[in-house]
Amino acid sequence: MSLPRVLLGAGPETMDFAVHRRVHGDPPTAGRAAGAAARLHAELTRAGLRGRGGGAFPLAAKLAAAQRAKRRPVVVVNATEGEPLSVKDRMLLESLPHLVLDGALCLADALDTGEVIIAIDECFGDATASMRRALLERPDLGGHTAQAKIVNVPSGYVTGQETAIVNFINSGIPRPVTQPPRLTERGIAKRPTLMSNAETLAHVALIARHGAEWFREMGREDEPGSALVTLSGGVRAPGVFEIEYGSRLGSVIEAAGGLTEPVRAFLFGGYAGSWVGGEAARSARLSRAGLAPLRASLGAGIIVALPESACPVAEVARVAAWMADESAHQCGPCVNGLGSIADVLIDVCEGRGGRDAFGDIRRWSELVTGRGACAHPDGTARFVTSALSTFATEFDDHARHGLCEACERRPVLIVPRRRVAVRS
Amino acid sequence: MRLDVDPIKCEAHGLCAELLPERITLDEWGYPIIDPAPIPASLQDLARRTVNACPTLALKLRALESRPLDGVQTRSRRVVSGRDGGEAAPGRRARSTR
Repeated sequence: MSLPRVLLGAGPETMDFAVHRRVHGDPPTAGRAAGAAARLHAELTRAGLRGRGGGAFPLAAKLAAAQRAKRRPVVVVNATEGEPLSVKDRMLLESLPHLVLDGALCLADALDTGEVIIAIDECFGDATASMRRALLERPDLGGHTAQAKIVNVPSGYVTGQETAIVNFINSGIPRPVTQPPRLTERGIAKRPTLMSNAETLAHVALIARHGAEWFREMGREDEPGSALVTLSGGVRAPGVFEIEYGSRLGSVIEAAGGLTEPVRAFLFGGYAGSWVGGEAARSARLSRAGLAPLRASLGAGIIVALPESACPVAEVARVAAWMADESAHQCGPCVNGLGSIADVLIDVCEGRGGRDAFGDIRRWSELVTGRGACAHPDGTARFVTSALSTFATEFDDHARHGLCEACERRPVLIVPRRRVAVRS
Repeated sequence: MRLDVDPIKCEAHGLCAELLPERITLDEWGYPIIDPAPIPASLQDLARRTVNACPTLALKLRALESRPLDGVQTRSRRVVSGRDGGEAAPGRRARSTR
């Protein structure tokens, strides 16, 4: 079978339940019979499905951990998508809510639980409405007996981090908490919680129907299947594309109508991701193994083509300042480190960097990595240090001469309007 | 055993670095940087005292052990801050939020 898999039949309109059944067949029912859960676990293990929210954690391992728990688990669909440059999960909910639901209900069946929560960013009005309609279209939830409810989570970069979602549902505070305990041991209402990204669940729905062998017919041996990517920046038709793991970057660019102008560099993995120079990236294959030599990864499936006409220094400084602001302001190294990095980047951009600016930025980046309750500082540090290496010439130029002509151009890397920082 | 800091609870009082400079230094903002190496027997008493001295109870001594989780190696981080190495006293248990 060829592409599209997840996006089969996807269009501008929401795929209703009747069409969904016509396109994909009846919803898979893992069933609660003894052995059904073990079969789904075995299928997911053989499929090698990993989480698509950026963490790439093997779903079967998560499922097994939740199965081991003594109390009745809760299944959570993570459709918060805090990365400003990713729209795949919102698109899935708006366009294919039943596929995501199928996957969530399969896991709920396997865990013999009746509770499914769909966590959606509070600003995703269309996605929320589409999912609400989808739930009404299958009041029996397609043969499952689960109760599914929608929870709207406050917008933000770290509010979609899984412990932040659980914290919000438990206590109304949308900020990450320190692990352990893992959520599969103790999450919502102290119950074991299996949280999975919306796209991951769409793949579960397909694996439950067609099996692991089918899933592995596509992609690489060590990274099977297909993935959704959001491609934006200097391409003619930016949007969400389904790719086969291991395919060339060039083929997605082609699918997006080609480049609008020469590209200076590509950003992989969003604002917690890495920059790769345009030449090096062009022949790259889109997989963990293909991007590892470039010290990059797809993260939540985000690719941005930064055109040569853009100023990378202004773009990077703007995003770094936004990311510092988006910190939950709970952990000292993150608050102080990201703030210092952002301040000096802005100074460099405006030509007031000082002699040790780059040394300071690199030192702070190393200093914050691994020292937050969540990976927010790690991701921002990666984004900034890869930018220093990729755009060394431009950063030097700015350190010496300050603002350039391109600084004032419309940003390629969008940042949502700043909110008042939540301080503890 | 090894030392861990809960970065959310830590408020940079800095006592830990004074009590256990062998393992803990402070970054330029006063937050502890902890040597990840296991604590040798000779330092364990001192490490326990350091854990107990933290004003925000952000430090923990954890048992070093690993168990396979379906092929994924993870470190089981059972809290052993009590003197006898048992569960932490209820009052010392990490609260999930501020």
